[in-house]
Parts: sequence; C-alpha cells; structure tokens
Amino acid sequence: MHQVLLDPTAELDPAEREPLPKLKSLEGLTIGLLDISKSRGDIFLDRIDALMQQRGLKTLRFKKPTFTRAAPTELLQQIAQQCDVVVEGLAD
Amino acid sequence: MELPNGYIAVVKRDCPTCLLVEPVLQSIEQSGRPLTVYTQDDPNFPAVRGRIDDTELEHSYRLAIETVPTLILVANGAEEKRIIGWEKDEWASFTGITSIGEGLPTYRPGCGSKSVEPNIAEMLAIRHGGFKTSARKLEVPELEDDIEYCFERGWSDGLPVVPPTLPRLYRMLAGTSLSADYVLGLVPPNLVPLSIEKVAINAVMAGCKPEYMPVVIAAVEAALDPAFCLHGLLATTWHSGPMIVVNGPIRERIGMNWKGNVLGQGNRANSTIGRALQLIVRNVGGGHPQFADQSTFGHPGKLSFCFAEDESTPWQTLGEQRGIEAGRSSVSLFSADGVQGVVDQNSRDPQSLIASIAGTLRAVNHVDISNASDAVVVVGPEHGRVFDNAGWTKAQATAALHEALLVPAKDLGMGTDDSESTKPLSSRNGLVPKFRPGGLQLIRAGGDAGLFSAIIPGWLMKGPLGTDPVTKEIR
Repeated sequence: MHQVLLDPTAELDPAEREPLPKLKSLEGLTIGLLDISKSRGDIFLDRIDALMQQRGLKTLRFKKPTFTRAAPTELLQQIAQQCDVVVEGLAD
Repeated sequence: MELPNGYIAVVKRDCPTCLLVEPVLQSIEQSGRPLTVYTQDDPNFPAVRGRIDDTELEHSYRLAIETVPTLILVANGAEEKRIIGWEKDEWASFTGITSIGEGLPTYRPGCGSKSVEPNIAEMLAIRHGGFKTSARKLEVPELEDDIEYCFERGWSDGLPVVPPTLPRLYRMLAGTSLSADYVLGLVPPNLVPLSIEKVAINAVMAGCKPEYMPVVIAAVEAALDPAFCLHGLLATTWHSGPMIVVNGPIRERIGMNWKGNVLGQGNRANSTIGRALQLIVRNVGGGHPQFADQSTFGHPGKLSFCFAEDESTPWQTLGEQRGIEAGRSSVSLFSADGVQGVVDQNSRDPQSLIASIAGTLRAVNHVDISNASDAVVVVGPEHGRVFDNAGWTKAQATAALHEALLVPAKDLGMGTDDSESTKPLSSRNGLVPKFRPGGLQLIRAGGDAGLFSAIIPGWLMKGPLGTDPVTKEIR
C-alpha cells in the first residue's frame, strides 16, 4: 500500500498535481530539443529542429549521455534555466 | 460486541505466567466449561481446542486487555467480570474448580498485553477504534520519497518536515483535550477556518512532541487575536514575524530553554513550537514568501522564534505582568525582527547600565526616528544582577529606560507619526519619546556568562493600527 499523508493545507489545490497548462503558441519561447541517446533520435530531432527554424522559432539542442538512466542534474538544471518548453525524442 | 458465553482467556506464549496456566486452561476445558482462548503471538499456543489466533490483536484491543493472562466470565454475550495474572485462589473461585492449578505456585503476576505496546496501541486504535479524520488523505506515489513529496507539494518552510501520517496525527491529538474538529479561528491571509486537527498535522510536520500541543494552541490563539494583526504582520515589507515567549511551569515540563543560546538553535521545544505556528500560517493560511508575505528581507527567526523566560530572578515574570495568575503557564506573542546585541562590561550600577542599553535602543529602526517600533529587551543574567543587586524592579528599570530615551526633538530628523511627519522634528523644541508608552518590554533569559543583553525590535506598525503584544493562558 502506498504511504498515506494527511493534507496540512486549506485543501484548495487539487489532490493530484496538475500538468502545466497547454501552450497556445511557441512564439517567442525557447524550445529545448532533448535527444535521450536512443537510436535515430537525432534524425527525428534534426527534422523537428529544421521545421521549427523555418518558422523562425528559437531552438537549443541537448543530449542525455544514455537513455538507460535519468538525466544528470546539471543537464536538467541547464534545460530548466535556458528553455521554456522541451521536445523529447523518446522511441527508436 | 457480542462475546462468546463462558470463559475467555487472553494469553501470549512470550509470557511465563501464560505458559504456567496452560494446564489450567486445559483443565477448565476438560471440565466442560465453554472456553475461548485468544492467543496474541503464537497461533499454536496454548494446547486447547477453543484457541483463536489473535495475532492481529483486534480481539485483545476490543476487550481492552492490558495484562496477560486475563480471564473473563461472559454471560448473555456480555462481560460479567475479569481477573488478571495468576492467583490460585482467585482462579478457583472465579471458575468454581476448587482443585485448579494443583502443584502450581500460588501467585505469579501477568505480563503486558501486546495490544498496549507502544506504536501497536495507536495502530489498533486507528484500525479498530473509529479514529476519524477530516483532512484529505493523499497517497505518496510509489517510488517517491515521502519527505520529498512534502517539499513538492509546497508544505515546507525550506527545511525537511516530518511526514504527517495517521499514527503521528493520532499521537499528536493525544496532546490536547480539545476535539479535532474544534475551530480556533480564521488564519490569514486566506482566512481559512483552523481546526485542532490541522494544528496537529502542522505540529507533526514541525517536529513537535504531543505534549507541546497546549503551547502551540495557545500561541495560535494569540496570533489569531485581532490585536496581534497577524495578516498585516505577514504581509508587511518590514522584517518582522511572530515571536513566542513562554512562561510558567510548562516551560520545565516540556524541557524548554531559557538559558545559554536561548534565542538560538538546539532545543526541540523552542525550535518546533515556533515552527509549528509558521507552518500553520504557510499551509493553512496560504501565507507564502514573495506572495502574501511581502517582506523585503525577513530574518532567520521567521523559521521559528520561540523561547522561555528565566523565572528564577527577583523580577515579576512576563506572564504575571500581563495578567496571568502566578503558577499558571502562558504564551506572549510579539512582532519581532532579528536580534541586536548590547555589550556593557563596565557598568556596575543600574543608572549606568540603563544609559548603555538606552544608547543602543536609540538606533532601533533609525537613529533619527522617534515613536519607533516597540522593542523587547532580553536582559541576560549578568546584566540582570546589576539591577537585582541594587534592588531595582522591572518596572523601575523600564521607567528609567523610557526616561533615558526622551530625545531632544531638534536632534531628530524623522518622525513616524503622521501629525509629526509634516513638520521636521528638528524644528521643534523639547523632548520626544523614542518609544511609545508601554513600547518597551523587558524579559529575563540567557546564559550565565556574558555582560550582554539583546534588543529585539518589532514591526513598524504598532498599536491599534498595527500590532500589539498578546498574552494567552496555556490550558
């Protein structure tokens, strides 16, 4: 059984953490393109990158050392500081 | 609960007296008397037919067993009487079997029931005792750390909190006689009704022991008193936060500190009681820094600021001064900034020491301001003895400080009163008070060595339009 905690607050927030609101536009945002080092992820992200640049959007490229482990803290901090939104290439 | 008629015995193998009475229980069963035996630890013990596994301890809990063996006589589904331990004559008359326990010693005391062992008792009460809670129950996702979960949800002041689980809440609520749904008032800034249950949950998170609950509750009552103006104190850009001073016998009972490092870290009661109040404002009231809490700087005491007064001095205690009967416990709340030290290792007479402390108080808020914030002066033991040796009371010392802080108006550039601010004080003649009447509060505390005192100024907005100190009796 999962551990149960009692809510210490006024319970105004939802019990489940809500996802961030969906973006209406990418205009003016910095988009991170994260390659998790799965095969051909780079091909997918190269194409996404080209299409975004065609539309005049600002992109930054990042790469995890291996898809088998969570991203290193430095990489997460770098992405969080530099980007407004991230596209991740997940599958082969 | 309908009980099986006849005899009920509750035993555990771990108890030598229970082992001793095993043949006795067999002889009761052989006599044809109905017998049910609940066994707490080993389902194969004792060797009787009417044995029931009670390793979950539910029957032991419902029968309120404190000692094993316990023998209960049941008629018409209800308990008639019970005996505990082994006393041969008692068992003989209780069962009507005169030859019972032949060859056994006449007396052996019983052992503690497993159902009343620490941690087990509250789990049973939660499981079977109808322990009801109102707070929303949140499941920590699998593989997530519970303390990290509390951080993630924004429940922390920046330090780890104790995860508020049901057993911890159960134990915390045992620290007060008030019912869990009793509402103490509305917590700013969101004006949310504050139940004792929410107080207890936040006290758990702060690290309080259950016996601190009466102090936490009194501190919350004082903070919610309109005179304290907690909403404004929270929202102000000024440094201040609430400071709790505890008086009376509870200080000693819960092990508070009024000696060395009294305003610092290291004492659980001091640190966690103040923290509980701040967590309540954050979590229940919604008062988060950089949102409703607009303080420019804050100060480290906004994590927790709570200490006890040294009542071993000749001075009247703060509690008594503020109307609490001698021998009773109380909390007094002040608005408080950080601490400014006063060093004077030369003064051996009270007048000279008053001049030193007054000189330092002159700089509170700004050296050119009159009608400044209220200020608490914590007088250390070595400074205190200068007053005590000269026979000065607290009232005398306080009056002398006010008098020493009548400042020539021409020396002051700024006033804080609206009426004065239109005209520079420097254009006026005569003396103006640095502090309003009643605006200086002397308190005794601190370590034995050091000819020091400590000044703790409060919020700029004092009095009816801002904050006043509030004292509540701890019940």
